[in-house]
Amino acid sequence: MAAWSNVLNATSVTNIVIAGLGGQGVLKASGIVADAAFRCGMDVKKAEVHGMSQRGGSVASDIRFGRMVLSPMVPPGEARFLVVISPDQVENNRWQLAPGGVLITPDQIDERKLKNRKSINVALLGVLSTHLEIPLDAWLAAINANLAERLRPVNLEAFQVGRDAARSSQ
Amino acid sequence: MNRSLLSGDEAVALGALHAGISIGAGYPGTPSTEILEAFAALGGRAQWSPNEKVALEVAIGAAYAGARSIVTMKHVGLNVAADPLFTVAYTGVTGALVVVSADDPGMASSQNEQDNRRYAVAAGIPMLEPSDSQEAYDFTRRAVELSELWQVPILLRLTTRVCHSMTIVEDSPPASAPAEPRYERDTRRRVMIPSNARPAHRRLREKLAAAALWNESSDLNRRVGESTELGIITSGISFVHAREAAPGVAILKLGLTYPLPVERIRAFAASVARAVVIEEGDPYLAESLRAQGITVEAKPEAFRFGELNVDRVRRILAGDHTPEPAPPPGKPPQLCPGCPHRVAFGALRDLGCIVAGDIGCYTLGVLPPFEALDTCVCMGASIGVGLGLRHALPPAEARKVVSVIGDSTFIHSGITGLVEAVYNRPATGHVVIILDNGTTAMTGLQEHPGTGRSLHHLPAGRVVIEDIVHSLGIEDVHVVDPWSSPDAFRNQVAHALEAGDVSVIIARRDCLLAAGRIKAYERAIARDGGLEQCVERD
Repeated sequence: MAAWSNVLNATSVTNIVIAGLGGQGVLKASGIVADAAFRCGMDVKKAEVHGMSQRGGSVASDIRFGRMVLSPMVPPGEARFLVVISPDQVENNRWQLAPGGVLITPDQIDERKLKNRKSINVALLGVLSTHLEIPLDAWLAAINANLAERLRPVNLEAFQVGRDAARSSQ
Repeated sequence: MNRSLLSGDEAVALGALHAGISIGAGYPGTPSTEILEAFAALGGRAQWSPNEKVALEVAIGAAYAGARSIVTMKHVGLNVAADPLFTVAYTGVTGALVVVSADDPGMASSQNEQDNRRYAVAAGIPMLEPSDSQEAYDFTRRAVELSELWQVPILLRLTTRVCHSMTIVEDSPPASAPAEPRYERDTRRRVMIPSNARPAHRRLREKLAAAALWNESSDLNRRVGESTELGIITSGISFVHAREAAPGVAILKLGLTYPLPVERIRAFAASVARAVVIEEGDPYLAESLRAQGITVEAKPEAFRFGELNVDRVRRILAGDHTPEPAPPPGKPPQLCPGCPHRVAFGALRDLGCIVAGDIGCYTLGVLPPFEALDTCVCMGASIGVGLGLRHALPPAEARKVVSVIGDSTFIHSGITGLVEAVYNRPATGHVVIILDNGTTAMTGLQEHPGTGRSLHHLPAGRVVIEDIVHSLGIEDVHVVDPWSSPDAFRNQVAHALEAGDVSVIIARRDCLLAAGRIKAYERAIARDGGLEQCVERD
């Protein structure tokens, strides 16, 4: 727990938006982020809209964490991180990003390094993880808890691909 | 005490379990669907009914027997269930009855954004409005307690952002079980002939008066902040938006929003220089308070539309009337590649049909590349609307009218439309296409009576759609696989249009997303009755 104390002491709320198309694992990715933050003892809220999302349309999910979170929705233009899984969804989601915010997109990953390209959502979380003070073991626990056993190895590897890609570009 | 990160729907399910609810019924509808699925996953007894009216009636019967029951639906589902709702308010209940209405302001996945707080007033049913998952859990439990205390049904009114947002929930020890259900005859209270209903209405008003008095000092309503300048009166999800948009102001956060704690609100409004009501949807609170002579500011009309968020609340408080920036449009949803409905809509487009549509994935037939849907009103409306078009249009156009309805929707409320087609047959006949993809697809692949499997995907009685159609005396009935030959399907429709009879074409092929699961359920049932089924859901 000692390593997490700097997270717990943070008073501001971290706002993250994950966007993409239905079927790309937007909600799965946001579930992992929310779970990882929850495991650090932070207040966490996650908001999204279900229903039509399975039909290939635009999907976005908001995650907010900190000492105390009020609204579950990231206010317009206040996302510190915008993770977009589908390249064609960057422009219509850019308005969510705060000035100076971080945009994370698939072109930051060498997809050839992924055993299964469907794990790009978790690879992008690997990139995101290098910007956040959530410790690695919370991330790994969240990935394991949110994915079926047979999907874990490929996604844990994808997460590492994302972390390595972010480190080599920093 | 466990802490967990739950959606509002999951929190209602956990609350229901811990409140000792012994039966949950409902019909799938975004954003309510996950409540019963989660309740079942927790070990609760949950079942899908053919529609919301039947689900409520089942829950009423259970509550008459002394059990604790819950019924779940989306906002428009309560329209279907409105008939029993208004009268169970009169009869009251012996056990507990919680009616969950999941409203969809902003219409993320709905055909209207009606505000079901109006139903609480219209039917005379006390209403609780949680603002996050913790309150969804707590208020479900309180709803059961209050239903038993006042012997009335309780409306638990949720909205999309409460249902589908995940927030932290701390649970509490389960309630003691209710007394074992047993029947006690009480015809004066339960048989609503006029001579019994007249005193029943008076009893209801007495119960509501007692509830209103109780609510004046209830812990379900609370004040946050001691400012004497700006005071906000709010409820539900609007509370968290308001708290973030205006830190440091005074907020009166209402939990039991019908009957309102009028004197408490009056005192709050008098304690601040400026009292503003922050609410999504209709100006229900503002109108109610003004009718009581309480001076409050209401939001401008522009904020009746869509969801509120932190930014919109800031605008309301600042009196900012400048146009709101519209977010760039995203990619609209569409029928999946390989969806069997694609064949049907390709045929209807090619044949130039006037298509009376219905509620489900196939409503997406209105979008390119098909643009082959002409109407969509409510569940089951395709058949009645198609018949009306046939009656009113000149014969040359009437002959092009087709009604298109899904399997789950047909069972929900299409059957009576088909009865109408037989009884008041248009001069040109009619063509009804039932798109049977073996699941309730749009809401997330739920079972229904036509699949022959229960909510838990275990064996259940099966209603055979073509048997229903035949039983009405309709002779021209065809069951076809549209995917096997799109040409043959188109010819089939063309032939039916020319025949001038009442024709029903059942286009049967499993939803592409559901097909694998359906096979797995059936394999598990064949193996061991489905008891050891292990279907991975992502």
